[in-house]
Amino acid sequence: MTATELCRACGFTLLAGGDRELRGGVYCCDLLSMVMGRAPADGVWFTVMANQNTVVAALMADVACVVLTEGIRPDEAMLARAAAENIAMAAADCPSYEAARRADEVLRAK
Amino acid sequence: MTLQYHYNVPGDDFVHAGEASGHLKGVLRQLGYPADVVRRVAISMYEGEINMVIHANGGEIDAEIDDRGVTLVLKDQGPGIPDIEKAMQEGWSTASDEIRSQGFGAGMGLPNMKKYTDRLQIDTVLGVGTTLTMRIDLH
Repeated sequence: MTATELCRACGFTLLAGGDRELRGGVYCCDLLSMVMGRAPADGVWFTVMANQNTVVAALMADVACVVLTEGIRPDEAMLARAAAENIAMAAADCPSYEAARRADEVLRAK
Repeated sequence: MTLQYHYNVPGDDFVHAGEASGHLKGVLRQLGYPADVVRRVAISMYEGEINMVIHANGGEIDAEIDDRGVTLVLKDQGPGIPDIEKAMQEGWSTASDEIRSQGFGAGMGLPNMKKYTDRLQIDTVLGVGTTLTMRIDLH
């Protein structure tokens, strides 16, 4: 499943990298080292942490798609960085748990 | 085949933090290293790089790629690690609130390095600096 397909199914707003394939599970956390230690490779990461370090941590951990939750949006620099690194980025207005629950349901059903 | 790379890591610069690790990750990908090995190297190196930025006002990283794996030597002239046993515990951190607001300071840096490397050596002297030597083998 691609990031575009996931966003369509879950009602997330796709911001970058829609072609990226999602092959891992979902993970929720706002601490970058926790993500690098525990998030699945090629998975979807839900967080409110919106800065360039988020993208760098995603890059190192092979996260395929970052979803910013709670209505938070990335600034231009963060979005440009994600696009440059071929990491999908999306936004959801609901809390991380709710967004991750929806995505997990969709990914498991595929 | 042996390839060597040297990186200078500036201190207190969160915008450029990760450039060294990102560069080496790209090199390893181009060389065709397996994705899981590239990931282990990238995360371990980035954790060390971020520690240098946060705690040591920067430092230097030497990376050596050979046929059997990658060796990383991260050297700083920071304050040193007063209690390595505590620093190796998940959740223990001396990072400031400002650093934590950036998403760092989870207390997972050294534990992640230990988790993802085959060998981790920590040489630290209080007031002089810290050298981390990491080895990630191709299995």
